[in-house]
Amino acid sequence: MNIVVAIKHIPSIADDLPVSGNNVDFDSVDFVMNEWDEQSIEQAVLIKEAVGGTVTVIGVDLIEELDNALHLALAKGADKAVKITADEPGADSHMQAKWLAEAIKGMSPDMVFAGVQASNDIDGQIGPILAAYLDMPYIGGTSSVEASDGSAMVVKEFAGGAGAKYSVGLPFVAGIQAAPKPPRYAPISKVRQIAQTATIDKVEPSGDASGRLSFKKMAPPVVTGHAEMIEGSSKEVAAKIVELIKSKGLA
Amino acid sequence: MTVKYEKAKAIEKEHIIMDGVDVSGHWNRMFEQRTIFEYTPELIEKIADIPDAESFANCYQCAKCVAVCPVDVVGNYGPRKLYRYAQTGLDLTEASELWLCTTCANCLRVCPKEVNMVKIMPAAREQAILDGKFVPAELQQAFENTAKSGNPLGQPQRKRDAWIKESGVEVPIMKDLGRKVNVLWYVGSYPSYHPRGIDAASAAARIFTALGIDFAVLGKEEKDDADSQRLAGEKGLFEMMAEHNIETFNKYEWDELVVTGPHELNAFKNVYPKYGFERPVVHYTTFLARHLDQLKPLLKHPVNKKITYHDPCYLGRHNGEYEAPRQLLEAIPGVELVEMARNRQNGYCCGGGGGGMWMDSFTAKHTTMRLSEKRAMEAASTGADVLAVACPFEVSRFEDAVKSTGNEHVGVLDILELLDKSMRGE
Repeated sequence: MNIVVAIKHIPSIADDLPVSGNNVDFDSVDFVMNEWDEQSIEQAVLIKEAVGGTVTVIGVDLIEELDNALHLALAKGADKAVKITADEPGADSHMQAKWLAEAIKGMSPDMVFAGVQASNDIDGQIGPILAAYLDMPYIGGTSSVEASDGSAMVVKEFAGGAGAKYSVGLPFVAGIQAAPKPPRYAPISKVRQIAQTATIDKVEPSGDASGRLSFKKMAPPVVTGHAEMIEGSSKEVAAKIVELIKSKGLA
Repeated sequence: MTVKYEKAKAIEKEHIIMDGVDVSGHWNRMFEQRTIFEYTPELIEKIADIPDAESFANCYQCAKCVAVCPVDVVGNYGPRKLYRYAQTGLDLTEASELWLCTTCANCLRVCPKEVNMVKIMPAAREQAILDGKFVPAELQQAFENTAKSGNPLGQPQRKRDAWIKESGVEVPIMKDLGRKVNVLWYVGSYPSYHPRGIDAASAAARIFTALGIDFAVLGKEEKDDADSQRLAGEKGLFEMMAEHNIETFNKYEWDELVVTGPHELNAFKNVYPKYGFERPVVHYTTFLARHLDQLKPLLKHPVNKKITYHDPCYLGRHNGEYEAPRQLLEAIPGVELVEMARNRQNGYCCGGGGGGMWMDSFTAKHTTMRLSEKRAMEAASTGADVLAVACPFEVSRFEDAVKSTGNEHVGVLDILELLDKSMRGE
């Protein structure tokens, strides 16, 4: 089974998002691997462990710092790593999907995985656009993918806890919601060893595409209300609560 | 594998006469070897064969350790029990028991056979991690955060010195200072990022400034010491952090390294030497106790509180400092120091060591109550108003614990904060 996992490097939201002009200030933000891509990698490695095959991880190197994410993927069980050397931190999902599709075309994959969405744009576009450019069917929101005799059994989640099982012909693109198991831990000694020995294939970005969307304004949310902390003894607090309830016409 | 044990053959004789008395019968077996030897040694050997975990096989089941094991107080644990579980079929590398030890070292203190859980546990955990066995998710997150961001909280590296503006004093940064200093102050991850840790760091900055200490910090160049990650089994991560920190320490000229946390003290004093770093390191309590004569006149405002002090395992048992923290507390006018029953060498563990800091929910699932909760109840039972601590892990642990055990009237403060209160009067 030849599996390609497309990953996305996105600004970290562990911190306040710095804004510069009408976009994220890419120079003062850390980049991390999209968390759904960690699920994609786990899903791919689980299939490889079950039926054998090759897992190739590929991503667009937006700020020349993708190597760490690729080394981590290799330590978790991927076999090959490829980076598209774009150096364009603001490249949108459509642009990235085009570059990824051009690079993946020659790999003749049986399955292509992408995280079902990423927390930077929450558009969930990489997978579907990849599928369009690769001329493959797409199934998104998967919670399990199993390979079986020239096809795949895919479990997809719906709202309210409902799920459905699909048989999907190869090749196809899947938007991974979750792997059946939590992403494994890669020991740092292994990651460091791989960082010293592994080779990452470099590919020039090829093709041009855009969602034709442009940022007009980006700003932190405006604070419109706040919680009021009532201080004092329990009697005083209770009296104030009663007063508040009365003043709001609730009693 | 070398055979360390021989399985005894039980011998029952149909007819046996001892001293002229016929003792024939199935019970004559009691004259043969004890049945304890009939248990399989394989799972004990599996652990004892891991480098650094050899002493696991030393256990002769005296159970002195169980009496002092902090986890046994809230569960069913202790080295002797782990040995027994292994004898009866438990593979420690796959069991939840692997993650409960806090490496507090109280067992080692009383063990006549030097069964050293402080070495066994990290080695067995490392083996489990390398073999891809179960790792508690919370711990995995702390490991990943440390690797990615240089601190277990997952906060950005470039904000490591952001706390400084809250201190209200000037805190020089080595890189900008460009000269030798007397004291290089290693702030640590929790004092740099955790809101209650920042309170202690700010207090320390004000105290050092008031004392006229020639000090500086590493600012954005500082990364986590990773000692607790090492004890939780991530030696590779520890080594990565150690390489960075040692290189940074050696870039600058300074006389003495002062640390806010006991885990950092343990890392830099006892473990970094194996990686080529051997320079003077002290905990802030030791350092300030040395400056007690200059400090006392600054402590102008009485803190009229009954205070009990919790000995951090890595300051006390691991590094032998019991008196400096008490001297500092006693130097504060108005303070009445009371002791909990378990103190000094027999101090009870807060549960944060050995990676326990990042396995709170996991540990809580396998014990009757958190170790921090047990300790908070002990503190409250002394009638103290304040539980004083000297480890950055402890403030948040105990603040949660006093709340969850209904002891909110007990305040939790770092000794730095108490000194600062007395100095500034609030």
